[in-house]
Amino acid sequence: MSQDAFVDFQNVWLAYNDELLAQNHFAVEDINLQVRQGEFIAIVGPSGCGKSTFMKLTTGLKMPSKGRILVDGQPVTGPLKISGMAFQASSLLPWRTTLDNVLLPLEIVEPYRSNFKQKKAEYVERARKLLNTVGLGGYEDKFPWQLSGGMQQRASICRALIHEPKMLLLDEPFGALDAFTREELWCILRDLWTEQKFNVILVTHDLRESVFLADTVYVMSKSPGRFVVKREIDLPRPRDLEITYTPEFTNIVHELRGHIGAMRKTGTAINQ
Amino acid sequence: MNNKTLERWAPWALLVLSILIWEGLCRAFNVSEFVFPSPSRIAQQTIEFKDVIAGHAWRTFWVTMVGFGIAIVVGVLLGFIIGSSRLAYAAVYPLMTAFNALPKAAFVPILVVWFGIGIGPAILTAFLISFFPIMVNIATGLATLEPELEDVLRVLGAKRWDVLVKVGLPRSMPYFYGSLKVAITLAFVGTTVSEMTASNEGIGYLLISAGSAMQMGLAFSGLVVVGAMAMIMYELFSAIEKHTTGWAHRGSQGE
Repeated sequence: MSQDAFVDFQNVWLAYNDELLAQNHFAVEDINLQVRQGEFIAIVGPSGCGKSTFMKLTTGLKMPSKGRILVDGQPVTGPLKISGMAFQASSLLPWRTTLDNVLLPLEIVEPYRSNFKQKKAEYVERARKLLNTVGLGGYEDKFPWQLSGGMQQRASICRALIHEPKMLLLDEPFGALDAFTREELWCILRDLWTEQKFNVILVTHDLRESVFLADTVYVMSKSPGRFVVKREIDLPRPRDLEITYTPEFTNIVHELRGHIGAMRKTGTAINQ
Repeated sequence: MNNKTLERWAPWALLVLSILIWEGLCRAFNVSEFVFPSPSRIAQQTIEFKDVIAGHAWRTFWVTMVGFGIAIVVGVLLGFIIGSSRLAYAAVYPLMTAFNALPKAAFVPILVVWFGIGIGPAILTAFLISFFPIMVNIATGLATLEPELEDVLRVLGAKRWDVLVKVGLPRSMPYFYGSLKVAITLAFVGTTVSEMTASNEGIGYLLISAGSAMQMGLAFSGLVVVGAMAMIMYELFSAIEKHTTGWAHRGSQGE
């Protein structure tokens, strides 16, 4: 089954440094995960459970202490250029306009990097188009600090997608937004994904968000980080925001909530 | 008059007020001009000796600018090196702090032995006193880069150099301009101090010779000229800063 997996984690353990490794203190333990090409997965769990560590492993920013990770059939040995990333903080560069921020990856990733100067007009056109699809048309020449939080996050997602990555990694991208903006951005992400079918790994602590967007939701336990539940979301696509008010949707959210609640209880029991 | 114009004129108003009080006190208590000259007396002597003062001021100005120029080059290079490498930061920083604590006036006699009386010691004192804030600010700007920002680029396969050039340097520009404002005023201090003992020209020399000739008005106008030059340069860098790194001085909007 791991043959056709796009992202393949095989018994992955990670300790942040040698000292912690010697003490058998791992940030994430025994991660096994297979993601199909084009699959949208979400990882939920209590804060501090190693979700962000998982992201770093997937992008090759961290190497596993044990086990191995394959992406697109290749073992991960360093940062992957086929991925784009967005965080809770939009981390746009304040001295660049929105357009120039979105163009940044093209100045770094090959093959765009070598011909960035010659093909700049074409790339600018591409960036404008992308900004337009997320509703930022007309804001290209504004600076990030002139935009609202939701707009900044849209631009941040554009920046993660401009080089047409095969994999989009989102680390609580909507965490700092108000409920209405968040739902709006869910739909934007849904549409981008439906159109381009890249892989998405979404780390979040919002269960409704994970159920609405993902094909598969993984629940992670707290230190050590382990995957304790895998839940396929069989809600029909395309999904509309209305679906979040149906009993089927609510049931799944409840079920996941139950898993996390159980974990929190055992967690406190151990601490005492 | 609204708040903004009030703010703009406030320093001038304070200056005029101080001069008036100073003048008033000197007259009221009949202070001898050999002890503490009144503003009118200083102005009178400034006009009387304007050619002499201008010559010394020009000398102090260009010597300071040369020393300051060297300080920018050395400060930026050192700051770049220690800001971009944790090892260099750990190695260099304590020594630099110790060096910065030394009074730069104490270097002047040594510099005189090495370079003789004249521009050599003055330029070097201006440099020694003013490169430190530039170095520290560049290093701080580079070393305090947000990890998320670095990750965004590293995920794309960016090399250290890419991160430094695309993010580190532009991000440390506000720190850099901020440090220039501090450094330029220090550079004037360095030049003047050095000229007082190791030069036959410049405002520092003028201060000493006017003092020993009991020409207190002239000595005070020397002080006023140095202060004015430093203030003008400060305002110049302030204006450049506002123009080039406006993003760092934004208002309440956004983050």
